[in-house]
Amino acid sequence: MDVKDIFSYDWSYLLPEFIILGFATALSLLDLFAGKRLGKSVIGWLTLAGVVLAAVFVFVNIGKLDEPYAYMADTIRIDDYGNAFKLLFLGGVAFTVLLSLSYMKQDEIRHGGEYYYLLLTGLLGAMVMASSADLITMFVGLELLSMSSYVLVGLRKHSLQSNESAFKYIVSGSISTAVTLFGMSYVYGLTGTTNIYEISVRLSEAAMAGYEFMVYAGFAFLAVGLAFKISAAPNHMWAPDVYQGAATPVTAFLAVVSKAAGFALVFRLLLIGFFNIQTDTRFFFDQGALYLAIIAGASMIIGNTMALRQTNVKRMMAYSGIAQAGYMLVAFAPPTILFFGEVTFFLFAYLLASFGAFAVIMVVARDQQTDDLKGFAGLYHRSPLMAVSMSIFLLSLAGIPVSAGFFGKFYIFMGAIAQQSYVLAAIMIATSVVSYYYYFGIIRQMYMRPGATEAPLSVPKTIGALVLILALATVVFGAFPGLVTDYVQTHLNHGFNFGDMLPPNFQ
Amino acid sequence: MGLANSILLTLIVFSPLLAVLILAFVPRHQGGVIKKIGVLGTLLPLALSLMLFASFNYESSGLQFTETAKWISIPVGLQQSGAIFSFDLGYELGVDGISMPLIVLTAIIATLAAVASWNQKKRLKEYFILFHLLLIGMFGVFASQNLFLFFIFFELTLVPTYFLIGIWGYGEREKAANKFLLYNGIGSAVMLIAFIVLFMYLNTMNMDKIAEILASSGNPASAAMSPEFRFGLFLAIFIAFAIKLPVFPFHTWMLKVHVQAPPAIVMIHSGILLKMGAYGLLRMGIGFFPEQAYQFATWMAVLGIINILYGAVLAFVQKDLKMVMAYSSISHMGIVLLGFAAMNTIGFQGAMFQVISHGFISALLFFLIGMIWERTKTSMIDELGGLAKSMPFASGIMLAGAMASLGLPGMSGFISEFFAFLGLFGQMPILAAIGTLGIVLTAVYLLRAVLKTTFGPTPGRFAGVADAQPMEVVPLVVLLGFIILIGVYPAVLANPLQQTLKTIVPIVTGIGG
Repeated sequence: MDVKDIFSYDWSYLLPEFIILGFATALSLLDLFAGKRLGKSVIGWLTLAGVVLAAVFVFVNIGKLDEPYAYMADTIRIDDYGNAFKLLFLGGVAFTVLLSLSYMKQDEIRHGGEYYYLLLTGLLGAMVMASSADLITMFVGLELLSMSSYVLVGLRKHSLQSNESAFKYIVSGSISTAVTLFGMSYVYGLTGTTNIYEISVRLSEAAMAGYEFMVYAGFAFLAVGLAFKISAAPNHMWAPDVYQGAATPVTAFLAVVSKAAGFALVFRLLLIGFFNIQTDTRFFFDQGALYLAIIAGASMIIGNTMALRQTNVKRMMAYSGIAQAGYMLVAFAPPTILFFGEVTFFLFAYLLASFGAFAVIMVVARDQQTDDLKGFAGLYHRSPLMAVSMSIFLLSLAGIPVSAGFFGKFYIFMGAIAQQSYVLAAIMIATSVVSYYYYFGIIRQMYMRPGATEAPLSVPKTIGALVLILALATVVFGAFPGLVTDYVQTHLNHGFNFGDMLPPNFQ
Repeated sequence: MGLANSILLTLIVFSPLLAVLILAFVPRHQGGVIKKIGVLGTLLPLALSLMLFASFNYESSGLQFTETAKWISIPVGLQQSGAIFSFDLGYELGVDGISMPLIVLTAIIATLAAVASWNQKKRLKEYFILFHLLLIGMFGVFASQNLFLFFIFFELTLVPTYFLIGIWGYGEREKAANKFLLYNGIGSAVMLIAFIVLFMYLNTMNMDKIAEILASSGNPASAAMSPEFRFGLFLAIFIAFAIKLPVFPFHTWMLKVHVQAPPAIVMIHSGILLKMGAYGLLRMGIGFFPEQAYQFATWMAVLGIINILYGAVLAFVQKDLKMVMAYSSISHMGIVLLGFAAMNTIGFQGAMFQVISHGFISALLFFLIGMIWERTKTSMIDELGGLAKSMPFASGIMLAGAMASLGLPGMSGFISEFFAFLGLFGQMPILAAIGTLGIVLTAVYLLRAVLKTTFGPTPGRFAGVADAQPMEVVPLVVLLGFIILIGVYPAVLANPLQQTLKTIVPIVTGIGG
């Protein structure tokens, strides 16, 4: 490839990524030269501006993209699948920034500048993960996100807990990365290519030629390694410790953006790379779906039962997040024609409810100086708005109407029943009922237990507005989910092509 | 009238929202204003549902006041032409002869329960907001003609009730609220599974359409469902609503709720929320799967008898007046099951009569218990006694309520029990005969409880307690009035019921009943 080829591409499709990259670079320089003179929130607002600008260009891309646009043999592939996820990431990071703006004022994170551009590099990694169809770029995106997250978790330098989490995160993260790479090496060894569309074809050939076991080994290592990012069983153990130690906005970032990025990568890689493998006797789709179903079932059971025993709210949210990852995998085990619509809506609802919940947790935890569940006692008397909103977020996470989370679960559940995967559906609904217990545990504290104080809770204005908007959105999109599903169906998933992710001759 | 009638159900269902909105802007400390708004707010749905009652067409057996609107459309696949094929979840409301009386019952009990909340002192604003949200859920359940909508309203009753029990209840309120939540959560989960399976097979959630498709053997979607498969679905629906009704052995949560919840909420709970179980059983269990229900009828009768006898025997040994009434509710819900098990018009009519009649009677009795507790701070039978001297009016009403409950002719309880047993005697004479034992036992435990409370020596500390206050007289008189009205003029209820029940029964008797 020579220079001429590179210029022959229409680079305008990559504008969102360039904007994020540009802002990350510019802000780091700005912080370096003028960091002391600028108010801390200036960099935060600039970050927000960058994110919004990038989101605008994602919408522009959605508008002008008729068919996927691939750069350099699919190393980066702009399609609606990636665009849908990018919108979720950008929304998530925007909320993270809004949460941080008031967090920063309290001096809990000393180095505001670093924090913001690390968020942006992490976001860039997530965006690359969502739009790459090549193992190399996938891995680069994955690492960019992971490295940024490791630092973000450890950013509260003087907090012992934060250091501990960062250390745990980096060690377990590196191990998973190694496992992922090991899986990739099997795949590369069998196929001699890193392009997942070609991998799909060649893995079939390899499986036919008697290397079926190697194909399975590659799949197994990849699945286990990537389960780390989505915090699904069997690689979920890090989540509670890391969530607990990280600053709350970072926890929210990990719980939503990082997890959604993991899903974007997993779904694309497995669906295209693996699920189409066929030998004379077997169709990999069936087995792959079975393994994913086991992961999904285990995540739902482990997440929901372990959450019952938690007294630390952030740990509880971590286990709840493991369970939510399980629900999302139900949509993919096996993938149906509906999976893309299901996953986007579920993630959207999860984004609203999680950020809302973490915002309230942040305010309460700071006021009470503890993440303990007891900190919520009597919240209703101290700030009715926070308590009512938190209840809405928790009801949404629990999947009780009228909330966006209910329809998200209903949608996935419907797909599972249509596929007649009754066992998975039964686990999903049974563990959902179990989850009522711990979600309502927080509600119980807020309304029914007397708190240590009755003094009104001081809520920063940005947080108050954010929480109110998220709570309203959770209810409105719960009552009218069509607002989202119709948009996805008409702009991102027309004709059930999964956002144009599939190769032309895919079955 | 034309326009008002065309959206009358929507108005009824969402009219409590008005009170919620007003209450949200009233300052917390103005307790008197909040109470007034709370009570007046219930008059709006009451007036609207009386309009519904007045303009209901008794000649028609089908749905009336129907409303349909597009709501959610879930794309599920592509047609040959490339057009998107989607499943529609409509906003569909409508009433027939079964649901109309239940809506009126809900509105009446709601108003009276709001009046009964007059003595509530704690956190009034939240109390009445949740109270009205609960009303929306209850009206919605009875007005929905779409399973998805039904499920949403059904769940909508869950959350406010949880709070109402957990915040305003007695000593062990949190435990009761948790138990309520988990049991009903399981019930809803089972129900949701059944609904979605139906949805996936029949591609619709409209209740009428589902019943129609399931009844026509020629329809390919219907033919795809084997009898065994249908039986499984019937059983799932039966269990879901059996938890709500409650049927033995799923009843333990309900005892806790009846003992721990505040009196006004128990009135609503035992008067209406339990009835959602009976309604669902008839509308979805028997209405969708008459053949399977017919096969299951003997079991239903047996479960009904267990409920009747178990409830009655345990009610006899209870020391707490509330527990007596809670077990009495279980016993009376057994009669509903017996009526269903008869699988004929008379039986169904008896069951629905029992639903409505028990709604009034239990609301009355629980209101009285609340009054007694308010004055004496106890509901233990041993500690009470001789209240007839200090509270002659209330004691008289209590005796009348007990008489209605044990089935004295001339009161609503008699009609319902009579019909239910009459229906069953035609089908299963032996089981029906065993069931009638329950009537005798009912008389025994009710008279024991009521007489011990009202007669006998008056403990000194109760000598000065006041009789019913004007605000309390209203619910007492109104409830007793309805009980007697149904007792002496059952046509008021029988007319709407009959037309609709006739449409269910031919399906049933066509099978060979």
